[in-house]
Amino acid sequence: MKWFISYVKPYKLRIALELIIKTIATTMDLCIPWILGHIIDVVIPSENTAFIAIWGALMIVCSFVCVAGNISANRLASSIARDTTMNVRHDLFEKIMSLSSQRTDYFTVPSLVSRITTDTYNLNSMTGMLLRLGIRAPILLFGGMIITLSMDVPLALIWIAVLPLAIGVFTAVSMHGVPLFSRLQKSIDEMVQVIRENISGVRVIKALSKTEYEKERFSRVNERVSVNEEKANVAMSLTNPTINMLLNLALSIVIFIGAYRVSAGQTGVGTIVAFTSYFTVILNAVMGITRIFVVVSRAAASSKRISEVLYDAKDLERVDTDNTCDDFIKFDNVSFSYNKKKNNLSNISFAMKKGESLGIIGATGSGKTTLINLLMRFYDADSGNVYIDGRDIRSYDNEVLRKKFGVVFQNDIIFADSVRNNVDFGRNLSEKDIISALKSAQAYDFVSNLRGGLDTVLNPKGNDLSGGQKQRLLIARALAAKPDILVLDDSSSALDYKTDAAFREALKKNYGNSTVIIAQRISSVKDSDNIIFLDNGEIEGMGKHEDLMRNCAMYKETADLQMGV
Amino acid sequence: MARRGLSDKTDKPKDIKYVLKRLWGYLMQYKLWLLAALVLTGAGNVCALIGPSLSGRAIDAIHLEGTDFKEVGFYVVLMIILYILSSVLSYLLSVLMIHVTRKIVFAMRRDAFNSLASLPVNYFDSNYAGNIISKLSYDIDTVNTSLSSDLVQIFASAITIIGAFVMMVVISPVLVTIFLVTIPLSIFVTSYIAKKVHPLFKKRSAALGDLNGYAEEMITGQKTIRAYSGEENIIGKFDEKNEYACRSFYNAEYYGSMSGPSMGFINNLSLSLISIFGAVLYLFGNISIGSISSFVLYSRKFAGPINELANIINELQSSCAAAERVFKLIDEEKENARDVIDKTAVINNTDVSLEHVKFGYIPGRTVIHDLSLEVNEGALIAITGPTGAGKTTLINLLMRFYDADSGSIKIDGVSIKSISREDLRRLYAMVLQDTWLFNGTVYENIAYAKPDASKEEVIAAAKAAKIHEFIVRLPDGYDTVLSENGINISKGQKQLLTIARAMLCDARMLILDEATSNVDTRTEQYISNAMRSLMSDKTCFVIAHRLSTIRNADMILVVNDGDITETGTHDELMAKKGAYYNMYMSQYR
Repeated sequence: MKWFISYVKPYKLRIALELIIKTIATTMDLCIPWILGHIIDVVIPSENTAFIAIWGALMIVCSFVCVAGNISANRLASSIARDTTMNVRHDLFEKIMSLSSQRTDYFTVPSLVSRITTDTYNLNSMTGMLLRLGIRAPILLFGGMIITLSMDVPLALIWIAVLPLAIGVFTAVSMHGVPLFSRLQKSIDEMVQVIRENISGVRVIKALSKTEYEKERFSRVNERVSVNEEKANVAMSLTNPTINMLLNLALSIVIFIGAYRVSAGQTGVGTIVAFTSYFTVILNAVMGITRIFVVVSRAAASSKRISEVLYDAKDLERVDTDNTCDDFIKFDNVSFSYNKKKNNLSNISFAMKKGESLGIIGATGSGKTTLINLLMRFYDADSGNVYIDGRDIRSYDNEVLRKKFGVVFQNDIIFADSVRNNVDFGRNLSEKDIISALKSAQAYDFVSNLRGGLDTVLNPKGNDLSGGQKQRLLIARALAAKPDILVLDDSSSALDYKTDAAFREALKKNYGNSTVIIAQRISSVKDSDNIIFLDNGEIEGMGKHEDLMRNCAMYKETADLQMGV
Repeated sequence: MARRGLSDKTDKPKDIKYVLKRLWGYLMQYKLWLLAALVLTGAGNVCALIGPSLSGRAIDAIHLEGTDFKEVGFYVVLMIILYILSSVLSYLLSVLMIHVTRKIVFAMRRDAFNSLASLPVNYFDSNYAGNIISKLSYDIDTVNTSLSSDLVQIFASAITIIGAFVMMVVISPVLVTIFLVTIPLSIFVTSYIAKKVHPLFKKRSAALGDLNGYAEEMITGQKTIRAYSGEENIIGKFDEKNEYACRSFYNAEYYGSMSGPSMGFINNLSLSLISIFGAVLYLFGNISIGSISSFVLYSRKFAGPINELANIINELQSSCAAAERVFKLIDEEKENARDVIDKTAVINNTDVSLEHVKFGYIPGRTVIHDLSLEVNEGALIAITGPTGAGKTTLINLLMRFYDADSGSIKIDGVSIKSISREDLRRLYAMVLQDTWLFNGTVYENIAYAKPDASKEEVIAAAKAAKIHEFIVRLPDGYDTVLSENGINISKGQKQLLTIARAMLCDARMLILDEATSNVDTRTEQYISNAMRSLMSDKTCFVIAHRLSTIRNADMILVVNDGDITETGTHDELMAKKGAYYNMYMSQYR
């Protein structure tokens, strides 16, 4: 949890202030039973009413200082917890946004989301609790120890002797219990997984009338969570009664031995009374410490999960090379594999000039999207080089590199925001650019028919649009900033031919960018300056439509099938 | 589709009593357990209560001279026995309560999920997944924590308070009058804080759900955001939500954390008053030192639970806010809430007729204006037309994911509203544009619609869908687990898996909504035979752009702007030289 300290450090002044206030307030808490013992042992026997009044008033003053101190300290503690959590969450989210696709795949989206919310929440609870109780409980414990020692050493030693026992019990229980909590967390993850699948697959589940089956499936994970929960909690619940018992036993012995010491004149009855009072304080302190431990051990697991992401080594760093080439885009003998076992792309080489268009076509799983992933440097090639604008793409600052692109991915997303913001995407584009992009993407008509036009707020994931409308909006997003390179990964599949053709027409007329189009339909790529036919990660054929029709049997077969010849 | 709002923030706060009543309903299912808990609590606390009185007596038996050690010893041994007993009882009690809570939380989660599973598609279209998940995990967990600890505390507190009070009255009725001042004070403070804190806790839950939803959406879209260098903008928005969530937490704690110290203050105040008045009483010879000591211990026992109660009320506030969100989910109107099912209705054939169907997702934004259509059993109906013309909407209506605003849809003359949704949907097999696979093995995913399918059947379906080769090359073949983010399965392969799934399903009607849009043409050609056999003998609704795939349809519907603009066979429509002709010809441009 070392990393967390750097997040707390900026607030060291506030923390110091909080600790001072808390210390004062806690000391007052300790003074009150002492005054009580004093009143019984010294003041009452003196039979002086004025003294009684003075000491009584002192107790009340202590109470006031105590409440004021504790409340302000607690608020300070909450504010410190709030600010650190906010910073941790910010950095975590920022880091997640900068993770490479490979790392995101590794962590998985659900797990990243729960790290941002649940895990940071656990840290928040821990910070607040440590600040509130972390100082108070030890002060109460050690203060109580010192005061009782000052009153009567042998009697104090009796209960102090119990402490190691209590700690032993606690450690044993925790050693047993904490792994159970990890197992619980894992089963909760499984449960969330099922819920998530039911949300995303609602149409299929309903269409297949599998609701009952899904209920059954959920019931199983639910049961697992419940059982693990019970096990973990039962294990932990042993602590409190045991520690309670140990301390109360110590109290009984104190009274018994105290009786001998009183009769031997070594101690006063008032001291024993004060002792009993301190026992409550000490008991609470020990309970507080066990609670801190439970929260801290849970937070420790969370802290580990957060730091795993936060300090994940950066990949895809800028690399200094002076590799250059004369072409605008060039793949030079590029190979790549996701799992580093079987190549997803092998020995890909091609080049294109500025303003040219490239069509990529091929069977599902032939590596079309992988090629885009390498072109935009979401992954680095295993061997070979990729060039853009004559430079090795690894020599670019990632932001500069990506600014060159306008892209629509296969499963691209619409955000729950206005149409305008979905197209603009925080780039502060002019209204003119947005509208002309919408027009070229053949989206302007339907957008202007929406109730709020450009400012219509869409549902999450654009659920209130049809597949084709979504794609047109996404294309508009890609076009709006007039990028150097337009990449469309199978993003006109939901467009009917007519719309598709009109879009390609507008693209040619209004935008002079280089275009890379992945498509299923020959008609979407047949006018391209160059077409690559991919098969099993290798280039099966390359050239213009007419060349491929002559040279590439697979391409011709596809074309014939589609044209219905 | 945004018939409902996206967040719960705007909802009127429901009566807290209502939430408690609902919780009570869950508790009452475990009456006997709770009764046992009550007994254990009572016994345990009585033991703990007698303790101080024994220690008081022991102390009173101590004198500077002539201490009766036998008497002291007797009380001390009694104390030890009682304390051990009380600890054992309290351990048993927590085990018991953990068990009951587990059952209740299980039931709540089950009810919430079952409700979720029966909600209309609309709910999922207009709510963030992250927010829904937050209700089933975070919110129920909050209720869980508070039930398992707080219920016991409430029992224990009540008994301790009453017991301690009785004991104090026995020791010194005069000193008890002090509590006439401090008890009303603590009640006042507690209720003040509770009132302040309730809305704040509600806000806190909603803010966390909102943050969860946003984070989920953005992380899912991370690649897009990165491609457009939109990180800064997105992080800025995240910060706003983050700050709001953190502030909501702080605000709730701002008042919440007042309760502990305030109660501590009231305790200390009464302790001070007890010592002053106790001293005075002692001076008049009305009370012994031992009694003062016992009284002090009891007053601590008395005050402790009141103190605890303040904390508990705090926690209850937060869990009430969470429970309210859960109950709201449970109470959402179910898909079939208003269904009136005619049990006598029998469907023999699959003739489908639509009469003057009108529909819009959002009132005032009609997508389908006036659609009428007759389909005979076994016919192949192709639906085509420009994007956004309402083709998928038609499927939503046929399967009753949404209900038409007016007009009727009938199968074999029976209105689809008069048969159960399950029966209706069982008539269809379907393959959608959006492929959905769950976290299970390839085998389970294919056999999803027919769990009792034999291995041979599953493999045959996979072979027919031309995905068998791919599957056997996977690390564990058919037993390979597909995770949600299985990166090495392309969209096309996913679609082939869903086609295999549909092939296994014996239904009389088939819906293909761009079923092969992600499959390349050559593969599509390979599976065409299988598709044809899948479609044979079935009434089929096929949405497609590729005119080559729909040329053989018995009837082609050209949909535009929610109305059918042309109907007929391929040849008829080509002869008409209308919209269909234009679309067809544009493929060759």
